[in-house]
Order: sequence, then C-alpha cells, then structure tokens
Amino acid sequence: MNEKPLLELSGLTKAYPGVVANDDVSLRIAPGEVHALLGENGAGKSTLVKMIYGLVKPDAGRMQMHGTGFAPAEPRAARAAGVGMVFQHFSLFDALTVAENIALGMEDAPKLRTLSQRIREVSDTYGLPLSPDRVVGDLSAGERQRVEIIRCLLQEPKLLIMDEPTSVLTPQEVEILFKTLRKLSAEGTAILYISHKLEEIRALCDSATILRLGKVVGHCTPSETSARDMAEMMVGTVLKTPTRAGKTPGDVVLSLTGLSAKSPSAFGMPLREISVEVRAGEVLGIGGVAGNGQDELLAALSGETLSAPGMIAFRGRDVSVLGPTPRRAMGILTAPEERLGHAAAPDMSLTENAMLTGAARENLDRGGLLDWSAARSFAERIISTFDVRTPGPGNAARSLSGGNLQKFVIGREVLQRPDLLVVNQPTWGVDASAAAAIRQALLDLAENGAAIIAISQDLDELMEISDRFAALNEGRLSPPRPAQGLTVDEIGMMMGGAHGMEVAHV
Amino acid sequence: MMDLSAINPILFVAGFLVAATPLIFAAIGELVVEKSGVLNLGVEGMMITGAICGFAVAVETGSPLLGFAAAAAGGALLSLLFAFLTQIALANQVASGLALTLFGLGLSALLGQSYVGVKPPRLGDIDFGPLADIPVIGPILFTHDIILYLGIALVAATWAVLKFTRAGLVLRAVGESHDAAHALGYHVKRIRTLAIMFGGACAGVGGAYISLIRVPQWTEGMTAGIGWIALALVVFASWKPWRLLLGAYLFGGITQLQLNLQGAGVAIPVEYLAMSPYLITIIVLVILSADKSAAPASLGRTFHASQ
Repeated sequence: MNEKPLLELSGLTKAYPGVVANDDVSLRIAPGEVHALLGENGAGKSTLVKMIYGLVKPDAGRMQMHGTGFAPAEPRAARAAGVGMVFQHFSLFDALTVAENIALGMEDAPKLRTLSQRIREVSDTYGLPLSPDRVVGDLSAGERQRVEIIRCLLQEPKLLIMDEPTSVLTPQEVEILFKTLRKLSAEGTAILYISHKLEEIRALCDSATILRLGKVVGHCTPSETSARDMAEMMVGTVLKTPTRAGKTPGDVVLSLTGLSAKSPSAFGMPLREISVEVRAGEVLGIGGVAGNGQDELLAALSGETLSAPGMIAFRGRDVSVLGPTPRRAMGILTAPEERLGHAAAPDMSLTENAMLTGAARENLDRGGLLDWSAARSFAERIISTFDVRTPGPGNAARSLSGGNLQKFVIGREVLQRPDLLVVNQPTWGVDASAAAAIRQALLDLAENGAAIIAISQDLDELMEISDRFAALNEGRLSPPRPAQGLTVDEIGMMMGGAHGMEVAHV
Repeated sequence: MMDLSAINPILFVAGFLVAATPLIFAAIGELVVEKSGVLNLGVEGMMITGAICGFAVAVETGSPLLGFAAAAAGGALLSLLFAFLTQIALANQVASGLALTLFGLGLSALLGQSYVGVKPPRLGDIDFGPLADIPVIGPILFTHDIILYLGIALVAATWAVLKFTRAGLVLRAVGESHDAAHALGYHVKRIRTLAIMFGGACAGVGGAYISLIRVPQWTEGMTAGIGWIALALVVFASWKPWRLLLGAYLFGGITQLQLNLQGAGVAIPVEYLAMSPYLITIIVLVILSADKSAAPASLGRTFHASQ
C-alpha cells in the first residue's frame, strides 16, 4: 500500500451527547482498494462514513482527498468530489420510477430519456439487470440496491461507500454484487465496505480497519486473517461458539399436515402442502431464498393467519383455527423477521412491548387491568439476561440499535418458556457477538426441552444450530434431513434444484 | 310553478366556470402543498384572509389586479405562520391548520369591519375581439376576466411542473420520503416552506376571486366552506391536477344549477338545493377516488433531521 492514498482521514472525532461516536479515527484508502470497515453495532462505522459523505460534520480532525483538504458541507459537495454512497436503509422513493429515483441523486441529471438510456448501458456493463421505467415500490431488495448502486456509478465515483450491502441479499445477488465491485475496483474505484459478514469481507476486501467503541483497534489483511480472529478483534474478547449437547429428541410437539394457505398480501407466496413434525428438544432449521413463503409460514404458525382444521396440531391438539393469543397461552411463541412494526411497536417503550406479547404467559394482566410494575420487571429481566444495551425499559423500541432490539424481541419470547418457538431471521443485521448470544439462547432453550423452528437465510447459522434442515421453495417445504454432514450441493438442491439459485460457497 | 326554460344554457355554462374558479385556485395550491408532504387544513382561513386583503387593496387603490396581488401576498403571509409552526416549531400539522382557519376567519372579520357594504372596482373581461362573437362558444369561453384563465393555466402548469421538471420531481420526492430526500442532500424544510407559501398565495387569490368578482362585495365568512371543499377535492382527485379541475367544474356546475333552479322556482326546499353541490361533489369524487395509493407517503408527518 505504497500508493498515494485517494482518501486519508486523520484524527477524526465526533461526539454526540453522552457518547463519543468516533475518537481520533485515522484511515487511508488507495485508488482501487477495497477497504473493509469492521465493528460491532454502535462501534461508529456509520458515523464515520456519514462524515465522509457530508451528512455529519466532524468535531475535530481532517480529511484529505488526493492530498488536498476535503470537508464536504453536504452530500452534494461529497458527490461532486467523487464520493458515492449506497445506504444501509435504502434512500429510495417507492412511488417514483427507477429513472426518477436515480435523477434525484444526481447533480445535473440529463433528460429522463437520455438517463434511461444511460441506466441501461451501465446496467449492461456491470451485469446489474434493471429496467428504468419500473416503479421502485415493486422491486425486490436486491433490485432496489441495484438502483442505488447504479445511481452512484452514473456519477463515476472515485470512492464508493457501501453500508452493509449484503444484509438483504440472497446468495445469488451477493455473487452478482461482488462481481460488480471487483470490476469497479479493477477500474480504479476505491470501495469502503461495511459489513458484519466476515467471510464476505475475507472474499472481497484487500484490507480492513477495525473499530471498537469509536476507536481504531487494529488493521488486518482479511484474506490472511481468519474470520474468528477478526471477530475477536471487533468484540475485544474471545468469542464463544454456540455449543450444544447431542440429545435425543422427545415427543412430537408440532405436526403440520398438508398445511396450505393463501398469502395475505398480494405479492406474497402461498404455502403449499407443508407436512413436517417437530419434536421437543429439536431445532428445525428452515432455509430458502427470501420470499419463498417464510413470512407466510411464520404467520400460519403464530395464528396471524388461520388455517383449515386439521392442518396444525400442537401436542396432539388441533390448533389450526385458534388465533395468536390462545396459541401463545398454550406455549406457541413466535418472533417475526421485521423488528420494527411487527415484532415490536416502534414508538412504545420496552415495558409496553414486553406487555404486548408477555401478558398472557407472564400474568401481566389481571381481569383486564394491566400490571405495569410486573411488566417493567419482566422487561428489566429481558434486558439484563440478554445484555440489551439501553438506558432502561422506559426507552422506545425505536431508539435501540437493530442488534439490541433483536436481542430484546428474541429474549422476550425465550423468557416466556415456550414449548415451541418459531423465529424468522433471528440474527438479521446483528453483530457477531450478539448473534452468538442469540444462537446460544436458542440452543439452551432446545436443551431444556422446547422445540425450535429457526427460519433464516443465513446458511452458516442454520448449519450451526439445526438438528434437521429443510428448505422452502415456492411455498413448498422439502423433506427435512439431518443437518450434520449435509453438503453445500445437497442444500442447493433442496433450495431450488438445478434450475434454482446457486448457493454461496460457505 | 317552475319554468326550466328560464335557464339559459350559455349563461349557465359561463356562470359555472366562474363559480369553479375560487375552488380551482385553493385546491391546486393545496395539491402542491400536499405533494410536498404537508397537510395544511388552513385553506379556508387563508382564503378568507386573501378575500379581505384583496378587497381592501382593490377598494383603496381602485385596481382589482393590485387587489389580487395583495390577496396572494396576504394568503402567503398567513401561511408563513403555519410554516413556522409546523416546520420550525415542529407542531402538529392538523392542529396548526385548524388554528390557522380559525385565526384567518377572525382576522378577516376584524380587517373587514369598515368594508361591509362597499362596492369594489370591477375587473373587466379580456377583449378577444371577434372570438367573443362566435355563437355559443364565444359567450361561454371568451367573456371572462384574466384571473379565470390564469386558474386554468395554473392547473396546466402545475401538472407540467410536477410531471416534467426537476423541481417537480424534487417536490414529489420530499413528499414521498423526507428521510430519503434529506439523505440525498435536499433541503426538506426549505422546499416545504416554499410549497406552503405557494399554497397560501393560491388560496388568497381564490378568496379574492369570491369577494372581487363572483359576489362582489365583502361579508364576514363569505368563503362559506369552499376551503374545506378544496381540501376534500385534492384527496378525491388522487392528487392529480386534471382530475382536480374536473371536480372543481362539477362542483361549480352544480352550484350554478341549484342557483338557477332556485330562480326557476323548483318545488324543492332551498336548503336541499343549497347543500346539493357539496353532497354531489363528495359522492362523485368518493366513487372516482378508488386508487388511494396516490397519496404522498410522508403526508402529514413531521420531519426532523436527526443523525
């Protein structure tokens, strides 16, 4: 790395009331370099890139681009200087078309027709298929991200910042993205890449800077460092791999017989003839590309959508036509994928959120009157048991970072001693140590005799915690197979067969 | 007994173009405001303020056009109060809008005390020369004042700006997702404040059209709910300018028709006739507004830039 740096940051500091988000951070990126920025949730990665992109002004320190001072007052200035950014939470407008969205992110956008032409050219060049006339609201997560990437590429950036780009992508889409990024890097564009997924960073990045609590704690060359070592540098302690004792499963807790259900939403996937049994003490992992019936399966199990009689039996009793509350009372608990708005009410406090799902099993209401002090101590118990970092149970769910809220919503269900726990994407967007804690909690729960259904798109995770593995494909569930010794090819076949997706090599 | 032959179809059509104009102004202004993601329920208050500002300045200067300019300024000034409350003080938009209406009604009554019974100067019709002599079409289309044509032009211009220009795209983007627009570096508050002022100016002109041309005189509360109809019209027109124009003409047409029917002595109680334009407009627009998806996604939500 003897090249003259494209971007050099020295001594950047930014403090918010009560927290120093960045403390004396220095960083160099050479042209064409793919540089990873690693750190747990709240380590200050987002603040750092926001300063580079002109959304936040540093309190101290300076930035240099091509050896001259660089202090963008607003994103416009950063874009003019050749910095492009793909956001973690997409900054797109659902009601507008692809071309209109792209025009909004450009300084001198050409006429829409010319722009559409250029969008087609760029999407061909970089292998990112995208039609400029489609309305963004109808696009998949991967396609939305392409809109953002193409918006950046059209401005020929010298530095492309990507904030957790793969957290919403299927393995297939990740492959496409990586090809694009390698091509860009070969053309001399530097890439600053933020991610939790260490294997991805090892595959893609030339160098890495690791942040912990706002400070740079180390640098490494990802291809020569193991994922475990990187994770330990991020966390600052030795990482525990979830452990489980092999145990023979107990009685059948849940049995699905020909479960079929229409999707509640227009763009959803109907469930088709799902039959499976889950036993006490067993973790059934369910994989599959997003949108193949995961949300619908969770809704059918939680009771949000009711099924025809005889399809769902819990401990031998038909629960198909029971709603969520009676099912909860019986011990069927669920934690849906979407944290804000589905698993938790964003603007309500953690105490209120604890009350919402815990009322029945934790006796938080008596004859219709709410017992707030019991709810508060239940919320406090979740917070302490699952190391949720928040000032207290009175804080709104929205104020928690994604990983912390995820620990809260999973912890809330685990502490209610479920007989069957269904989780969807339990560690989505959660950093390594929090993810390990959540997985361990699920395994401990199974150890104590609960049945677990873990729906996830993270195959590594499923292989780590599942006893048996099955895949959802177009609303059908493959017959489950023992997870141990399952090969990548076999999983790929289960997830869609030869004509389906290619599984990322784990 | 009723005598429908007393209704002259040519005068009737020409009349409803006039009756619809205040509504067109108020509604197109509110459409722009709502497209930027702000719900301003103060249309009625800005209209009545515009009505008295326009009336007073026209009387004092003798120039109706200066009156209309003053009406626009008055409406925009009052809307700045709303902009301050909602964009800077981050107050609730619904409450602020209602307060604005009540404030405008009171303020206009105060300002208008000495103008009750005064006759304003008349704004002449545009001279289209021989065009006005064309049978039927001439008297319907070419015998109006400039403000009426300006209203139609404003609808066309709003449509074109929203659809074809970058300014329109940015406005829609801000109304669609203020967080995303902010992340891209657009000044959400500035854009919204400008939109609110535009809405205020339009409502003011609409109000002055009532006090200077349609009626023409000053009475307290003379806008009589047109501002509320304008608000409903924007929603039921699914935020589409041309549909809004159609709705306004429908309302104007029925208003004119019921006046003519009253004049012809139809045996229906006057109260029913008087409420019919409101009722029918709302019914028709409810039927038309099947696609609710057109609402700007950030409509009515307070924007606060937080990192």
